[in-house]
Amino acid sequence: MIEWRDEGTVLAVRPHGESSAIAEIFTAAHGRHLGLVRGGTSRKAQAALQPGTRVDAHWSARLADHLGAWRLEPVRSRSAVLMSDRLALAGLAAVTALLSRSLPERDAHAPLYARTEALLDLLGQGDVWPLAYLQWELALLEEMGFGLVLDRCAVTGGTDDLAYVSPRSGRAVSRDGAGDWVARLLPLPPVLRGAGEAGAADIVAALGTTGWFVRHRLIGAEVELPPARARLIDEIRRAG
Amino acid sequence: MSAAPESLERLIELMARLPGLGPRSARRAVLHLLGKRGQLLLPLAEAMRDAGQNVRDCVICGNVGLADECAICADERRANGQICVVEEVSDLWAMERAGVFKGRYHVLGGTLSALDAIGPDELRIPRLVDRVASEGVTEVILALGATVDGQTTTHYIADRLPDVTVTSLAQGVPVGGELDYLDEGTISAALKARRGL
Repeated sequence: MIEWRDEGTVLAVRPHGESSAIAEIFTAAHGRHLGLVRGGTSRKAQAALQPGTRVDAHWSARLADHLGAWRLEPVRSRSAVLMSDRLALAGLAAVTALLSRSLPERDAHAPLYARTEALLDLLGQGDVWPLAYLQWELALLEEMGFGLVLDRCAVTGGTDDLAYVSPRSGRAVSRDGAGDWVARLLPLPPVLRGAGEAGAADIVAALGTTGWFVRHRLIGAEVELPPARARLIDEIRRAG
Repeated sequence: MSAAPESLERLIELMARLPGLGPRSARRAVLHLLGKRGQLLLPLAEAMRDAGQNVRDCVICGNVGLADECAICADERRANGQICVVEEVSDLWAMERAGVFKGRYHVLGGTLSALDAIGPDELRIPRLVDRVASEGVTEVILALGATVDGQTTTHYIADRLPDVTVTSLAQGVPVGGELDYLDEGTISAALKARRGL
């Protein structure tokens, strides 16, 4: 019997059979991991299996490559914040959908887990949450090996007037360096480099650029970004 | 090799697909039906045939009924300007059991779900927007689940109905509930929704 215990955050739950469910949990030391929750569709279990809930997770299986079964104990419910805050609700849906789509299964990403927990702990703080989410998307790209290099121009090596990002390399490009390629480059709002204003419009523009990399590098160009992310961007725009 | 005739095996196989039944319990149920052929088996078969041939989805609200319009949509007394939006027909039946809502309903057929790729067009949201515009609706009551998907759907619908009063069901302590057994989210929601006495 193989078993381990870890802390994690519920990403998604799907019904399985009549009374069980398959829970997808982002754990600290075991990454995105699936398992069966017996009785997971019961009313009592459903409250604990809402996306975003932090759980104490015990996983066991006869062989390592089996689906295995969860024993989950809720540690912290975030539903109280979510039910009354539309930005928080959209944010949580975007975070869980992106993690579910982009993380490989059973691959540990402890730094990203810590960043995700910190981000989810900020849910409900609408004034700082959009910027925190933008930084989390950058961290997601970096953790997956597609981090953006935005401190100097990929063409000239200069650090001034950086205005674009190359969709091919993910590196910054200055206005001088862009030349005839400008139409093919993505915008580089200052907020992406941690500079300038962090207003709603700036963050939405920056999410347009990170969204391109999330889609083309993590999810796959042929697949659309999760609608939850588009709803979050609408909410950020509205809140601004 | 099974001892049951082929027609019974087929019946057992179909029964075993019903919620709550597996192959063994389906076999028991079929044997029970055979033992009460006149009182149960034949009336059940007749009732199932009747339902299969006559029950259809209401073209207006998505409820089930015997005509293109269900009994609630056809009842003029229920045209009081209120529409209650629910996820499934079972939720509509639950509201009707309570007997306190006298308006009409709209059954969405589910909730928005990013992971299951259920978008607005997979639900009856465009039809709801049309109804609100054409039926003189003054209030839309969103009676969706207190889940992430349910509340996401609630906000999505509210955004699409800017010209009408949109309300949602209260969340809090259930009748007969004891605080000690409630989760922190429910207690928090109940405290936020407290009212003066």
